[in-house]
Amino acid sequence: MTALPRLSLADTDAVKAAIDAVAGGATPEVANVTLTAPEIAENGNTVPITVAIDSPMTDDDYVTDVTILAAGNPAPGVATFHFTPMSGSAEATTRMRLAKTQDVIAVAKTSTGKVYMDRKTVKVTIGGCGG
Amino acid sequence: MAKSKPRVKVPKSADKDEVITIKTLISHKMESGQRKDKEGNPIPRQIINKFTCEFNGKPVFSCDLEPAISANPYLEFSARVPESGVFTFTWVDDDGSVYSKESKIKVN
Repeated sequence: MTALPRLSLADTDAVKAAIDAVAGGATPEVANVTLTAPEIAENGNTVPITVAIDSPMTDDDYVTDVTILAAGNPAPGVATFHFTPMSGSAEATTRMRLAKTQDVIAVAKTSTGKVYMDRKTVKVTIGGCGG
Repeated sequence: MAKSKPRVKVPKSADKDEVITIKTLISHKMESGQRKDKEGNPIPRQIINKFTCEFNGKPVFSCDLEPAISANPYLEFSARVPESGVFTFTWVDDDGSVYSKESKIKVN
């Protein structure tokens, strides 16, 4: 398993469409976004995830939206965070549901029109029977 | 359904323009709409679909939630505090209910 974020070709059409919807057709650059999730989640019902984007968060240059997608869930959408310069830093944490072992993707958009992304594979063990 | 109870954790005071961390949690089952009951009928979706945080009436952070968010949705984010004031937190349920909570902060 590679630790490097990558653009997977294995994404389903629904996931690609969801990324496109956020990116507005632009190809997201794999940079500046740090998605933190456990490598192995024992309980797919509550998987903690943190997304942090490297941004000055000033009135002229800040992160506007970050969308979290789960590539292997029945519906890829998880959450969309909307930041403002008042947020101070573009960082948020929540807990999500994962149906099975899959990639979690974060797509971030800045006020200057840049689109960044990161992805992470989370292994889900259900009931200790193995993923 | 049990009434949803929102909880927030905001520091009581901060320095001017300090970036603080805010933690929020609301008790809610977040029924995803994917599950079926014993008779095999789908259980209708009922989730908190929107969360917003404002400071003195100005937007700070908001979030659109999907059914993939866990029960009792937890959110942690940051805010810059330019002056003393009040944070207002709002959660919107699929059934139209709105839950809200306020939290004061003092700038030293």
